[in-house]
Amino acid sequence: MARLNVNGRVREHNAEPDTPLLWVLREQIGLTGTKYGCGVAQCGSCTVHIDGAPVRSCAVPVSAVQPSQKITTIEGLSAKGDHPLQKAWVKNDVPQCGYCQSGMIMAAAALLKKNPKPTDADIDAAITNICRCGTFNRVRAAIKEAAGVTKTAGLDIVHVVRSVA
Amino acid sequence: MSARTKVSSMSTSINRRQFIGTGAAATAAAGGFVFGFPTEASAQGEAPEVNAWVVVQPDEKVVIRIARSEMGQGTLTGLAQMVAEELECDWARVTTEYPTPGQSLARKRVWGNFSTGGSRGIRESHDYVRKGGAAARMMLVQAAADGWKVPAAECTVDTGVIQHAASGRKTSYGKVAVAAARLTPPTEITLKDPKDWKLLGKRLARLDTADKVNGKKVFGADLKLPGLLNATINACPVFGGKLKSFDAAAVEKMPGVKKVLAVGDNAVAVVADTWWHAKKALDALPVEWDFGANAKLQQADFNAVLKAGLDAPEAVVGNSNGDVKAALAGAVRKVEAVYAFPHQNHATMEPMNATAKWTPERCEVWTPTQNGEASLAAAALAAGLPAVQCEVYKIDLGGGFGRRGAVQDWITQTVQIAKQMPGVPVKLLWSREEDMTQGRYHPITQAKLTAGLDAQGNITGLHMRISGQSILAGVAPQNIRDGKDPVVFQGLNNGGGEAMIGYTFPALLVDHAMRNPHVPPGFWRGVNLNQNAVYLESFIDEIAHATQQDPLALRRKLMANHPKHLAVLNAVAARAGWGTPAPDIGGQKVFRGLCVTHGFGSYVAACAEVSVSTEGKLKVHRIVAATDCGYAVNPQQIEAQVEGSFVYGLSAMLYEECTVKDGRIEQRNFDTYPSMRIAEMPRVETIVMPSGGFWGGVGEPTIAVAAPAVLNAIFAATGKRIRELPIKQQSLRA
Repeated sequence: MARLNVNGRVREHNAEPDTPLLWVLREQIGLTGTKYGCGVAQCGSCTVHIDGAPVRSCAVPVSAVQPSQKITTIEGLSAKGDHPLQKAWVKNDVPQCGYCQSGMIMAAAALLKKNPKPTDADIDAAITNICRCGTFNRVRAAIKEAAGVTKTAGLDIVHVVRSVA
Repeated sequence: MSARTKVSSMSTSINRRQFIGTGAAATAAAGGFVFGFPTEASAQGEAPEVNAWVVVQPDEKVVIRIARSEMGQGTLTGLAQMVAEELECDWARVTTEYPTPGQSLARKRVWGNFSTGGSRGIRESHDYVRKGGAAARMMLVQAAADGWKVPAAECTVDTGVIQHAASGRKTSYGKVAVAAARLTPPTEITLKDPKDWKLLGKRLARLDTADKVNGKKVFGADLKLPGLLNATINACPVFGGKLKSFDAAAVEKMPGVKKVLAVGDNAVAVVADTWWHAKKALDALPVEWDFGANAKLQQADFNAVLKAGLDAPEAVVGNSNGDVKAALAGAVRKVEAVYAFPHQNHATMEPMNATAKWTPERCEVWTPTQNGEASLAAAALAAGLPAVQCEVYKIDLGGGFGRRGAVQDWITQTVQIAKQMPGVPVKLLWSREEDMTQGRYHPITQAKLTAGLDAQGNITGLHMRISGQSILAGVAPQNIRDGKDPVVFQGLNNGGGEAMIGYTFPALLVDHAMRNPHVPPGFWRGVNLNQNAVYLESFIDEIAHATQQDPLALRRKLMANHPKHLAVLNAVAARAGWGTPAPDIGGQKVFRGLCVTHGFGSYVAACAEVSVSTEGKLKVHRIVAATDCGYAVNPQQIEAQVEGSFVYGLSAMLYEECTVKDGRIEQRNFDTYPSMRIAEMPRVETIVMPSGGFWGGVGEPTIAVAAPAVLNAIFAATGKRIRELPIKQQSLRA
């Protein structure tokens, strides 16, 4: 049995050493909030934190993670789903299908930890996750709102509506 | 198993006709285990079903049934709004659930069509879902009136509270629901006048966001069942090829492997305790394929066939007026251009997957699907069981974009696997590589547009020849009549209300030379509107420049008979500031491009602002987009679809291309099939301008205006016309 520290708990698993961390989290520990999207560290759906840094867990063999290192998944980002990013995400109605959003939020959380007041350029550089539904503008709005850089009116970002006459 | 396993093709014992014929004998079958789907209520519980659409719980919670599938497009929220509008319930207490396709079969399709594609969710079900809500309201009010022994007409209702003003009495939906459920449903139902809507037209938040931000939402790929095994699969990489043999013994001792098996006549799968174990074993499995004749096919061969089709004498006419031949023959001057649009993969973030459990008596399937009824039909066919002995439990999709609709290949495979392991639930999850190389691809086409001009530069005739692939020929050939695939002409039709050309020409001919490569086609979000808008809207721009006319002015001139097209175009032009120069950004000059079209019942336009550096680097700064979808059910959901459409449409324009080498698709993952990231995303300003009187879709039409608006802006910036998509490696500076 090997050990991992996941979301503040010591978890045991018997996966082979070359098993990607993603599949240990999903299939050995049962934390399915972290998603498989590409398996080659391209899309970012599998983003988790190791000691606070964002990592694409599909490309990290579990043997490369020490038992002392702290892994955080979307399930462990906040106790009650009330991380400022999660609140901003809800307020801005960010998700569409939702599949990439765990990874997107984890990438954003790592950014804010390192850089509490990111500029647009900082966001561009740090958030390289793929979203096929196209939530990017709301992702950006939610990150800035969570960072206190800007305040949005929630569902009233950037739009013009002309009603039926 | 030591020797190589010989593959024999599976036979099926049920056909589609039998499937349809079994409906009347079906019994309500919600059996099996539904583990969390739906979460809030069930049709069989103590909560009374007022009618098929509405369940009211004693605690006043209202469960609204949704037949269409939620895949990110927000239809679940929009459809619930429509029922709730007429129901007059408390929106804060609304939850939703999916009826199962098996229940639909048993109840003679009381929920109508489950198919979720073509931006149809709202526009095709608005009438009957609103009537469902209205009928439930009438029954709830009647039940209260009966209890008070007063005429129902004297009662009023607001947010689920029923009042009889004359006697000062008051009750609530939760209290009268049991009695209401026993009443005969009304036959005369009058829907509200749009001016009295309270929920429709409101910027309501989605109902399904909470679990998408904390990792709790269970997608098909995440499903857990007791005793579940995991599978992954490789189908023959050459379309049309077959599985010859595989060496199971080489991998069956690998960790966790339970079974190595043939699936149909063209695929092999490994079933293991975990997906990772299945994947590792499959990667190591020696397989021999019979690639067949298609293994000789190369991309350049198709391209040549399509090119020849541009001038082929035979073509099927999609739209015509006047005498184009004469107009072109008599033209003082001609403008001509050839464009090309590639195969593309849907690339849903969640790869194809399903879970199935098969016994000789019953087959159950859990899956993300755009069409639960089609999933049930595919499951029954593969299971060799009547549909009444099968059930499908729908799970919200991690993206659909058309891939999880018309063709249900992954369901067939999953059931074929489960059938070889009776009683064991098996989840099949495709790898990304399998998803990329076994797609149902956006059809490949080319187009040649030729315009005749008179001495003043007026267009006297336009010939648009499309050469290339038909989706229907691959997906539903029975719908091709007299050699014509009507879907090919999306956005180019003369009337019809679905996808109409917005210009009037003195003479027009749009025709199609069908050329079908072996790559299987599919409906891809936006479908044929996408490339048709690139072709026509780029060409209109080319004519404008060739005749020294302003692209907006030329369009306006041709749109006199198309006021709704014109209105969305004018709206984006006005907001973008067309006619005044765009301010420089970062020392770069900013240029604009326009596009307008009509598709999926809605009028859409875009004005893009771009800059192109001297090195040829493109930056799309801002896009102003307008949508007239007739009635706007939830403007903020429409905005989300418009924003998202630019990601899908611009990704396609920038990067997406599936090419064939030796009969197979070359691109295998997001490294060779990129999708745009946040850094490339322009600011999007959305004008929702519902003009009333019709219901248009919003999930798809805007995709079509993304690329042409940007391509036209690139031309304005550089003088370089991009006629082949994607832009990819093409230099934007001549």
